[in-house]
Amino acid sequence: MGGHLNINHLTFLGQGALWTIGLSVIALIGGGIVGFAIALARISPLKSVRLASAVYVQLIQGTPLLVILFLGYFGLAAIGLKVSSLTAAGASLTLYVAAYLGEIWRGCIQSVPKSQWEAAEGLALSRTQRMMKVILPQAIRIATPPTVGFMVQIIKNTSLASVVGFVELMRSGQIVNNSLFEPFAIYAIIAVVYFAMCYPLSLFSQKLERRMGRGRSNLASA
Amino acid sequence: MQQSTPSPEPIVSLRDVQKSFGPLRVLDGVSFAVERGEVLAMIGRSGSGKSTALRCIDRFEKVDGGEIVVCGHRVDRPDVDLRALRQDVGIVFQSYNLFPHLTIEQNITLAPCAVKGMATSQAKDLARKVLAQVGLEEKLLAYPEQLSGGQQQRAAIARSLAMQPKVMLFDEVTSALDPELTAEVLRVIEQLAADGMTMVMVTHEMGFAKGIADRIVFMHRGKVHETGPASILTSPTTPELTQFVGTGNLKS
Amino acid sequence: MSLQLDFPAVLERWPSLLGGAALTLELAFFATVLGALFGTLAAVGRSSQSSLIAGACKVYVESIRNTPLLVQIFLVYFGLASLGLKLSAFTVAVAALTINVGAYTAEIMRAGFEAIPRGQIEAAEGLALSRLQIYWHIILLPAIEKVYPALTSQFVLLMLASSVCSQISAEELTAVANYIQSDTYRAFEAYIIVAVLYIALSLVMRAGFWGLGLVLFPRRRRLGTPL
Repeated sequence: MGGHLNINHLTFLGQGALWTIGLSVIALIGGGIVGFAIALARISPLKSVRLASAVYVQLIQGTPLLVILFLGYFGLAAIGLKVSSLTAAGASLTLYVAAYLGEIWRGCIQSVPKSQWEAAEGLALSRTQRMMKVILPQAIRIATPPTVGFMVQIIKNTSLASVVGFVELMRSGQIVNNSLFEPFAIYAIIAVVYFAMCYPLSLFSQKLERRMGRGRSNLASA
Repeated sequence: MQQSTPSPEPIVSLRDVQKSFGPLRVLDGVSFAVERGEVLAMIGRSGSGKSTALRCIDRFEKVDGGEIVVCGHRVDRPDVDLRALRQDVGIVFQSYNLFPHLTIEQNITLAPCAVKGMATSQAKDLARKVLAQVGLEEKLLAYPEQLSGGQQQRAAIARSLAMQPKVMLFDEVTSALDPELTAEVLRVIEQLAADGMTMVMVTHEMGFAKGIADRIVFMHRGKVHETGPASILTSPTTPELTQFVGTGNLKS
Repeated sequence: MSLQLDFPAVLERWPSLLGGAALTLELAFFATVLGALFGTLAAVGRSSQSSLIAGACKVYVESIRNTPLLVQIFLVYFGLASLGLKLSAFTVAVAALTINVGAYTAEIMRAGFEAIPRGQIEAAEGLALSRLQIYWHIILLPAIEKVYPALTSQFVLLMLASSVCSQISAEELTAVANYIQSDTYRAFEAYIIVAVLYIALSLVMRAGFWGLGLVLFPRRRRLGTPL
């Protein structure tokens, strides 16, 4: 008990930071794949598919991530599915991120002008071809700044995985604190590390947005 | 047309005013004065500096050199009391700039209440009075977007009048309006002139300027190129004004 | 694997569940009101002529937006304690949530301020209104109106994020779920019920903001422009 912050503590925090990045990547990839499906489902020609995906988004966006994490960890265990904290956190974050990315991307796909759809239809492209060859390439450009911006949310949100015992940056800070008992100093260090991960992404997102804004205003004036 | 009575102090006077935007010299030694009750019309091509000169009078632009005195305020000085100046000067813009979230009545009563501390009931009476002046009594409780452009501009004039200014500035107030809506706004300004209001206006309406202005200032390349009574529009002395009036007459 | 759900075992704790929901709403209410005030001031501060004030507001906004709420809550909790302030979990939670949502509000309000046409401000200056009067009478309401959807979404997100306050033992809805699941071993049922309650709370908040919008923007009500 007690003592000073030493190299072992720092190594431990560093490992935690790496897991924060790892979990963020899992959530981004998992949430991206499911989210892409959600985005397509939200604009599906089938009403039942549109409705089901809309309900999914509303349910997830109306529930705190922490509750989703508890459901994934204690909840699944309680009904007999034993999962590791990494699996629970990865799965919960995937479901959560999918709902938000799905909505962001749906907005981007729908912001591609209707005339583009019609032009592609005029060229006798199938619905899949229209989507893949005409709409998505344009939507991806529009979607990049908000997606990079949302990556900041993902990184911050992985801190909640600490609550179900996954040893990422936040949890490793709590563990170090249990031996040092310097909560304010340690959480300040943790905050700085999160800031160092998130701020460059925020700046990058803003820069992309400004560049897009210029591009769009050029379009409007043309 | 009302004859301006000579008074010792002009309401507005500019002397050798200089103003640059970056490397671009927009005002290059501009001088003129406006006496009490006088109507001065500034004309010229776009970019000639006429709007900038007008905006300098109410200090929406700071000058680089020269002297501007408005109702006793030294506008060129950095320590000018802006709020006192703007209580004496009313300004009306090309784009009306009514406050969209306020009714016409609230647009008008806001400044008298907030700036002059007028009682609400008194301000409401005043609003009715100035709206009657511009012929819009029935629009008291409307929101700006429910009005036509011409009505919005008349309401904006009423809003300025409610502050009982000593001089009114009009910055191309009909440029955004269709011809028929232009006429209703010009009628209101004519009535103000007849009532003896001191006015400085930047305008493209040559016929109107000729009919209403006591004096014309023709701006060209940041200078007062030619000035004189409205008759200079029919018999200009400089080739630039001759050419300008030629094209201007085509428009009106 | 046998799946036997027993929702009544959790639902019979309805008084604590309702109490938790009420506390969550209370947290959200105070943090929204204080955060809206605080954030609006920070947004005004960011356009201050004093580079010190503008810089301080920027540092505040960026540092909050780029760190997790959970870390912020612990920092406030242990920070206030190290200053010798013994405050209730509720007070600490409101303080942390206010600081957090204030930064997001500041960013949203700044966008709203920037969307006000320059001519509006010139017209107000021409009528001799002071800088403060211009903000209050001319800029504030139209700016809020322009960003109202973003602003209200942010406040709903705040209510959901307040679940994190369970970690400093504020007895809001998520904390209640934690107690119930450790008592009854009915974790799945407890969190499902609590999730439903959160969804209900977010609907209640959205309805509340819709009503507030009708009061705040009478012009929209008169002209029938949808919010």
